[in-house]
Amino acid sequence: MKYIEPHGHMVSRTTADYKSMALAGCVAISEPAFWAGYDRSAVQGFHDYFSQLTQYEPARAAKFGIEHYCWLCINPKEGDDPGFAREVISIIPEFISHTNVLGIGEIGLNKNTKNELAIFEEQVALAVKYDQLILVHTPHLEDKLKGTRLIMDAIEANGNVSPGRVLIDHVEEHTVKEVMDRGYWAGMTLYPDTKCTAQRAADIIEMYGTQQIWMNSACDWGISDPLAVPKARMELKHRGHSEDIIHKLTFDNPFTFLSQSSNFTLAE
Amino acid sequence: MSDSSCPLDYSAIVESYFLEHRAKLIDLAAFLDRLDRAHDSSASNTDFRVDALRQAMALLNDGEGERARRVLELFSDMSIDIPQSAEGMKGALGAVQEPSE
Ligand SMILES: [Zn+2]
Repeated sequence: MKYIEPHGHMVSRTTADYKSMALAGCVAISEPAFWAGYDRSAVQGFHDYFSQLTQYEPARAAKFGIEHYCWLCINPKEGDDPGFAREVISIIPEFISHTNVLGIGEIGLNKNTKNELAIFEEQVALAVKYDQLILVHTPHLEDKLKGTRLIMDAIEANGNVSPGRVLIDHVEEHTVKEVMDRGYWAGMTLYPDTKCTAQRAADIIEMYGTQQIWMNSACDWGISDPLAVPKARMELKHRGHSEDIIHKLTFDNPFTFLSQSSNFTLAE
Repeated sequence: MSDSSCPLDYSAIVESYFLEHRAKLIDLAAFLDRLDRAHDSSASNTDFRVDALRQAMALLNDGEGERARRVLELFSDMSIDIPQSAEGMKGALGAVQEPSE
């Protein structure tokens, strides 16, 4: 059964991981721009990274029959340096017309600072200006609840963003309901230590429903699993959820959200 | 079957997950024992994260539902102030340190 990996940092993965994902049924990956694990020393580092996301990764994925899409931004962590962040934001328009770009992301907050918030707001405005979808990273651990609320408040303060065009990622039990109630899409990141397990993701779906929600692996340079989504499908199947529900969560829902970008051309 | 129910019945949930969570509970017990066995162990040793963990453990057995949400909230920063910059701040630690600590 085919599935979409809607949030995978493939620049951190080996080609063998692409192969494993293809074997598990992955037909499309959407890859947000994120923090590389270190702060880049110059805007040129982002120029190279955006080239990798728009040119190199799609070619690598295509060898395994996987369609590769991406998102562009300065991540929240490096966004705490507003001068540098604005330089990076200034080069995004030269990449935005690439055919695999779905939107601006993953933008958001890291330590819930005024600097991060200002850069977040500027990137929301950039998404509005270029009519792009938005993919949001929410902070880790103790900072998540406060950060998720600040993010939703900032999006709503912009006044020109429909929440249905925004996916708020890394939700957990204390944030998922408010995200959904305010009309946003919710992403559950299946990440062993700090985010959500397959069991908890299944619990969340049982408690809060299957509308406007997806599951992703993030599969970045941290301890993470590029096959987390198919493993979560196994968990749902084990519990007795129908094939229709499993397909909705891991194919139809990401398909519906991402199809709001005309660049997302995966066949249904 | 309520709206938010799990399709598995009670005994199937136990069969599926008991051993895994038994092991996690013993891991937690061993972690608390390890703290007691720290080579500088003393009653004055404290850490806000361990304090939060102990509060969370009490919450698990208070007879109320939505434990996962409430544990996450217990570990959450509920402050409303917004610092200018993250410069000099530590990364996320998993629980909230009061300013006096
Ligand atoms: Zn990510």
